[in-house]
Amino acid sequence: MKFLCIPCDEVMDFAERQIPGDGTMAAVFACGGCGREMAMLTNPMETQMVSSLGVKVGGREVPAQALEGVRSGLDGGHEEAFVEAPPTPGPVAWSPEAIERLQNVPSFVRGMVKRIYTDYARERGIGTLTPEVMDTARSDLGLEGM
Amino acid sequence: MRKFRTYSEVDHSTGSELLEQVLEQRARLAKRLASVGTVVAVASGKGGVGKSAVTANLASCLRSRGLRVGAVDGDLNGPSLARMLGVRGPLLEGDGDGVIPPADAAGISVISMELLQEEDAPLRWRDPGSDTFIWQSTMETTALREFLGDVAWGDLDVLLIDVPPGTDKISRLLELIPDLPAVLVVTTPSEMARSVVARSLRLLREADVGTVGLVANMSGYWCPDCDRIQPLFPGEGAQRLSEATGVPIWAEIPFHPSFSLETDRGHPFVTGHPEGPIAEAFTALAERLEGIGSTP
Repeated sequence: MKFLCIPCDEVMDFAERQIPGDGTMAAVFACGGCGREMAMLTNPMETQMVSSLGVKVGGREVPAQALEGVRSGLDGGHEEAFVEAPPTPGPVAWSPEAIERLQNVPSFVRGMVKRIYTDYARERGIGTLTPEVMDTARSDLGLEGM
Repeated sequence: MRKFRTYSEVDHSTGSELLEQVLEQRARLAKRLASVGTVVAVASGKGGVGKSAVTANLASCLRSRGLRVGAVDGDLNGPSLARMLGVRGPLLEGDGDGVIPPADAAGISVISMELLQEEDAPLRWRDPGSDTFIWQSTMETTALREFLGDVAWGDLDVLLIDVPPGTDKISRLLELIPDLPAVLVVTTPSEMARSVVARSLRLLREADVGTVGLVANMSGYWCPDCDRIQPLFPGEGAQRLSEATGVPIWAEIPFHPSFSLETDRGHPFVTGHPEGPIAEAFTALAERLEGIGSTP
């Protein structure tokens, strides 16, 4: 998919992605010639179509996790399907509110989600993971449904 | 009418990196399979011919011959391979490079939807509420790709893939592994099976798959009382299929009352009965596969 700025005859470049958490997605594209921006808004079904390919619009900030598509997409995953690997040592702490929010994530996928957010914080020098950091990370990383 | 450049006339990446990510997925899969000697699909096109039981027993036979064996249950909607091999979870989360699969007592590693789902849960994906049919097939292909590429198989001699019924499922696998080295096509004596399996053979021929062999399942009845092979079903579907297509029959597996019973209980028949017509058939099959070259 490409967006062409007709007056400039230039392909618009991806600029920003937002995932509000309701299944929709916004991807902003900008024209390098005139600077005009446009936002592509996808409904939940369209968002799911892209997600089912295992790709993120705008690219990935973190590498794909093992069985990421299955774990984030499967409804009815077994609670004890995975044994969580020991956490990577590092200075990232989780606030009580963030831990509470993490508990709302199905245990089937919780270990993977926890690792992704922890890595995100560590790479940015964030000492404590809060719900606000999780919100930012969700859009930055393109994590639908996490 | 206004004229402006079309998609194919625009040679400029948007930065959305979708194609790059798809290529990355393919590279990850290829890298994973590079440590596998031979990938062998067990398919049919027809349901109910015993693909999973053949896969489980073949895996056990190969393992008993000292090979390092992995097995992928490609039947996402009706998984059974883990149970047949007596494997229970859980999977061990790796460092993101791959999850470590559980193995049976003999050391056969397995990945199956059975290990990931709640007991009796139908395959359902979290969806936005409608139009599931549009992306469901894509999601299943993603799942199969992840089963192949995201599991830390390690060094294997053979990776068996149990392919569910439907010629489209064979096509799906070929999309993921275009250079699939070998396919075992399971059939039975029935005319209906011959008709459906013929479609699969044509598909494989057109896809130019290097090695294809027929497995004639339920070809006769191994009587536990007299220890002789008796006729079971009328029809010579497998022979006719072989003659019409030129695809050789690599193994003829007679029916035995305990074959499914024991395999379904997690004890592949050949492990408890290492001699006799069924073990001989699987040994012949294993020898054929051992003669196939490595994955390209």
